[in-house]
Amino acid sequence: MNKEETLLDHMEREGMSRRTFLKYCASLASLMALPPTAAAAMAEALGKARRPSVIWLPFQECTGCTESLTRSHTPSVEGMIFDMISLDYQETLMAAAGHQAEEALHNAMKDNYGKYVLIVDGSVATGLDGAYSCIAGRSNLDLLKEAAQGAAAIVALGSCAAFGGIPKANPNPTGAVAVSDIIKDKPIVNISGCPPIPVVITGVLAHYLTFGTLPELDGLGRPKAFYGETIHDRCYRRPFYDQGKFAKTFDDEGARKGWCLFELGCKGPVTYNACATTKWNDSTSFPIESGHGCIGCSEPDFWDAGGFYKALSTPANPLKYVGAAAAVGVAAGAAVSVANRASKNAAKAAHEKTQLTDLEK
Amino acid sequence: MNEMELLTWARGTALNLAIGLFLLGMLWRLVEIYTLGRKPDLAPPRKAEGATGWHTILRRSLSPPGMLKRSPISYIGGYIFHIGLFIVVFLFAQHIKLIQSLTGLYWPGLPSQVIDAVTVVTLATMLLVLFDRINNPVKRFLSTFGDYLAWALTFLPLLTGFLAAKHLLLPYTTMLAIHILSVELLLIALPFTKLIHVFTLFASRWYNGDINGKRGVPV
Repeated sequence: MNKEETLLDHMEREGMSRRTFLKYCASLASLMALPPTAAAAMAEALGKARRPSVIWLPFQECTGCTESLTRSHTPSVEGMIFDMISLDYQETLMAAAGHQAEEALHNAMKDNYGKYVLIVDGSVATGLDGAYSCIAGRSNLDLLKEAAQGAAAIVALGSCAAFGGIPKANPNPTGAVAVSDIIKDKPIVNISGCPPIPVVITGVLAHYLTFGTLPELDGLGRPKAFYGETIHDRCYRRPFYDQGKFAKTFDDEGARKGWCLFELGCKGPVTYNACATTKWNDSTSFPIESGHGCIGCSEPDFWDAGGFYKALSTPANPLKYVGAAAAVGVAAGAAVSVANRASKNAAKAAHEKTQLTDLEK
Repeated sequence: MNEMELLTWARGTALNLAIGLFLLGMLWRLVEIYTLGRKPDLAPPRKAEGATGWHTILRRSLSPPGMLKRSPISYIGGYIFHIGLFIVVFLFAQHIKLIQSLTGLYWPGLPSQVIDAVTVVTLATMLLVLFDRINNPVKRFLSTFGDYLAWALTFLPLLTGFLAAKHLLLPYTTMLAIHILSVELLLIALPFTKLIHVFTLFASRWYNGDINGKRGVPV
């Protein structure tokens, strides 16, 4: 595939019909809550799109995000779009290694200065001047600052890049932070999730290619179209929640009947993501449909949010001060009681009997 | 601090502190009250119809003759919001789960639609009772800061819980955190305000009934 080939040319060559492509654009537009006319605009823009340069920097990550995008369901239109971006640097996917890879990175940054999209997955280590995570002898912190300078926009892919994720979990030995904690002067879109849903990143890229801007974001920098509603609000088990029908264990009668998993620790009510609507594995199912509660992986600090199997309405930590508080309470009560008795005894001692003569005075 | 951190803090550190202070305060007050002591009553107890602690508990839970008509908002409103609070606090599945995780005790809950309806009625009744307190000159005269504080501390958890469950005003995560924090305020204040009647009400009614019953007076 040469750099000048458009997406539509490429698709036609791959045997995909224009109709399929239009259907994909329409579904993408409706998924992102764009007006119906946007589908045509999207198809036109995407059809003509000329492979924007994308630089993908992997920091403190597990490659799960890459796995999610590349292995989700192939071949797919999302995969096609992914083929269509000029992925100039991606350690896991690129054939080059060592100095060649570094050269590719620097060439891409130089040739497309101010125009490339920077995708980051993984958190940025800041401890020991960033020495916890280095590539080619340079810290992630350094690389990010340099690469961000020439980026048109930054996509923080996955919960680690978006919010710090698991590396940032207590006690955060590497001083891990999110991309947005380091870079303040570039548009950043957080595509959180551990891993994120493939269609979300292709949706954001398609939006960027079509309109030249990032989609509307929520307070945490996530595209509202995908993170606008909670898993709970869109969950097919929601009616059971409303009826008060909960599975108590993973293999009881309630679990077999598909009742709500709230009591088993489901974090659906506080998790904003599109799992319940787009689903996973080519729209096969999503965790709750497979019988496991949502762990809240697209939310900041989900790792430290009080345990995956604890219901949201229960204490996040075991109660600590109960014994001490009870002891202090009893002691305080006893002390006040002693004081009360002392004042009562003092009053009794000071009491003088009233004589008949006193009344006649 | 983002909203998830706020929620985790509310469910963790803050809950820990609130329950600690609640226990501290309750034990303090209860020990203080039960060690007040009385002189031994040496007189032989008298007997009268309906003059026992249990009778008084029942009698004072009902309205005195004629009062229902004279002060309907106090009595009917009072019944409705107390029963409503009981249902919402103890029969909502999520609350039962909390109690179970703290004490191991649990019982069946009500469907959330029923809880929703009871909450709306309770909220409306509490507003009416507050309006009556301000509107009625006698009640207004008798009301202190503590009365309004107790009302607010009871009303807030109910309101924020409803807003959270219905996803109104703020994102659920934030509203749930605020709801939990408002309950924690209530817990901390409970032993030191008139809200302590949750624990002392029936004991004091029984005591009054019993001590007067021994003198042959049904109160």
